[in-house]
Amino acid sequence: MSLVRRRFDALILGAGGAGLNAALQLSSADLRVAVVSKVFPTRSHTVAAQGGVNAALANVVPDNWHWHMFDTVKGSDYLGDQDAIEFMCREAVPTVYELEHNGVPFSRLDSGRIYQRAFGGQSQDFGGAQAARTCAAADRTGHAILHTLFQQNIRARSHFFDEYFAIDLIRDDEGAILGALVLEIETGEPVLIEARATLIASGGSGQLFRTTTNAHINTGDGMAMALRAGVPLQDMEFFQFHPTGIAGKGMLITEGARGEGGYLINKDGERFMERYAPNAKDLASRDVVSRAIATEVREGKGCGPQADHVMLKLDHLGSEIIAKRLPSIREMCKTFLHIDPVESPIPVFPTAHYVMGGIPTDRFGRVVATSGSGSEQVVPGFYAAGECACVSVHGANRLGGNSLLDILVFGRAAGLDIIDFVRDNPNHRQMNEASVEQAMGRLSRWDAKGEGLDVKTVKAQLKKIMEDHCSVFRTEQVMQEGIEQIRRIRDRLSEVRLRDHSRVFNTARIEALELENLVDIAMATMMSAEARKESRGAHSRADYPKRDDANWMKHSLYRLEGDQLEWKPVRTEPLTVESFPPKERVY
Amino acid sequence: MRFRIYRYDPDKDSAPYLQNFELDVRPGMMLRDALLALKEQDESLSFRHSCGEGVCGSDGINVNGHNVLGCTTPVKDFKEPITVRPMPGRPVIRDLVVDMSQFYQQYKAVKPYLIHKDPLPEQEILQSPEERDRLDGLYECIMCGCCSTACPSFWWNPEKFHGPQALLQAWRFLADSRDQATEDRLDALEGPYKLFRCHTIMNCVEVCPKQLNPTRAIGKIRELMLKNAI
Repeated sequence: MSLVRRRFDALILGAGGAGLNAALQLSSADLRVAVVSKVFPTRSHTVAAQGGVNAALANVVPDNWHWHMFDTVKGSDYLGDQDAIEFMCREAVPTVYELEHNGVPFSRLDSGRIYQRAFGGQSQDFGGAQAARTCAAADRTGHAILHTLFQQNIRARSHFFDEYFAIDLIRDDEGAILGALVLEIETGEPVLIEARATLIASGGSGQLFRTTTNAHINTGDGMAMALRAGVPLQDMEFFQFHPTGIAGKGMLITEGARGEGGYLINKDGERFMERYAPNAKDLASRDVVSRAIATEVREGKGCGPQADHVMLKLDHLGSEIIAKRLPSIREMCKTFLHIDPVESPIPVFPTAHYVMGGIPTDRFGRVVATSGSGSEQVVPGFYAAGECACVSVHGANRLGGNSLLDILVFGRAAGLDIIDFVRDNPNHRQMNEASVEQAMGRLSRWDAKGEGLDVKTVKAQLKKIMEDHCSVFRTEQVMQEGIEQIRRIRDRLSEVRLRDHSRVFNTARIEALELENLVDIAMATMMSAEARKESRGAHSRADYPKRDDANWMKHSLYRLEGDQLEWKPVRTEPLTVESFPPKERVY
Repeated sequence: MRFRIYRYDPDKDSAPYLQNFELDVRPGMMLRDALLALKEQDESLSFRHSCGEGVCGSDGINVNGHNVLGCTTPVKDFKEPITVRPMPGRPVIRDLVVDMSQFYQQYKAVKPYLIHKDPLPEQEILQSPEERDRLDGLYECIMCGCCSTACPSFWWNPEKFHGPQALLQAWRFLADSRDQATEDRLDALEGPYKLFRCHTIMNCVEVCPKQLNPTRAIGKIRELMLKNAI
């Protein structure tokens, strides 16, 4: 049987905000772009973003991009690259206006301008009063943005491969990316998509953890593909735990709930964030709030019969604010907790939410590999944007509202750079059949029959290991045990067997391929975390409780081959303004 | 609890059948949780799902004759045996997975994107809170397909009648103060089928998991057509 082959100018893997915003640039420039997604585009996880997107529009209080930049650098615990951060904060303003022009139904102020709410880690005037920088469509901003971008792609007639699962990247001997082997889920047939440029925009990997705000689809597929293609993953030790996931269940309660005036209480009814962050209180950075909640619970001040969570209080806001600004939160509490936040507080606990690390790129979305000498080199024709990428604008801790911003700004930037790249490289490179064979092998390996471990058991083990060994607080020994346990799982992956070998819409096969991806991401995360012997941002070590700028102001790079770790310096020089030097981080 | 699940693999089965399952139901269990637990018993059971909180719209299914979203519908809302089928009126690809392409085609056919013809301002296009309020109850659609696949008019004429989901979106743009294609949009809805096949049966309203009201939106479009015709 001969393999079906398709040719496009550009290939985009993933149809969330980053992929769709890139596709929109390419289609609008009349390039032939293929957008591959394992789910129909509006099912992508961008849809679940609630609170909003940051941009210094100054619609509510004075603001400018430079203050936004300061907050982002500080929020990153000084690990973010300041050139990329400056670029993102400047671009935020036109990006949000462009979204609005494209139809996003933002909530409005009486002035007719876009509604903006307060969010964590935001300040005016470089650390002064609370800012209101987060542009919102009630508490459904991600939904509003994703649907609008999909709609604009319908207008621009982008070519979608809906419900196709990417198996692996295809590359040649020089390391250039030639496209990808994908699987049509409906028929079970592989298809080779050749492209002159390939963008990975496949999102995060929250399915690493047992309790997560992330959807079933967030299995780090693109990041794992990059690893297998010989590209390292950067800063994988930094995984964000959102302070307010619904306790025990994981559904996200937006930071906007605190932005609108909600606050956290412990079992004594104490507003404990006043002790941890005297100025910002409940609107301190997410890493700070998550640690505070975990500490309260550890010290026996948790709520409920198991004393294993704290409460998020919203009832004082009144039903009008909640109905207007937080309608989905209210609906979700009613559905999953049978409570109405207008009357009762919401049980919450830090929940796995967002991976700060990912495929290393520059601010044009180009994937950069580091050579042995430490110098950075662009991988020709290879791009990444969004949660799967690490630009790095979030450093060691992402600010709320900067994630939608990241996907939009860098999805767009990648799209624009691809237009130039494709123009300068008018021909497809020679296909590398050996690499295609290898990718086909990854698929056919699951045709093996007989007795063996099953996918669901191994996946459950992996998630438990991550939760037990790589959570909010970390120590050397616990992580070393974690590495050993992941290694054992990895060694036994070849013994895992499918029972269902059918062709048509075989979701068991997809989950097996996702499991392989998760195992590689788990190892990247745990090894990078074990190696970083300091506490910075979301990475908090009981055995190294302080930030150590002298030794650790550097990015980690994990390579699959030999489980190797390398390091590269933080880019502390912005594009046009003065650098923000590291300072003690207090809120 | 006893479950009966619609099964069909076109490579294996000459006809669909119902498979019986038993499951210990936990308190608070949603239908999606139950399906995932059944998939642990038999990994060949296929269905779509993702976010688990009612926002991605992947898991529209038909349970005891009603279209619901699996992840936000408690198991205990239903009498035993709980019979789970694919959403009606669409070709079945496998088990609970239906071919949604015609549903998506109808969505695309209403030009579901903002058309603003004037030059764009440097900042946002202004919109008052009252104008923005008109989009509430419209933009929240998650495209799960529960409404259109519960609509008899859509069952009979899926290639000609836009169906409640697409018409709700047609009204979402007609209702947007920033949109400047009202005439074109209304002209495109003329004729006996696209809009006017709606017989206000209101199944769509009953099943919408986001409590949206396509029938009202269709009524609003008709009103606007009438107003513009006079």
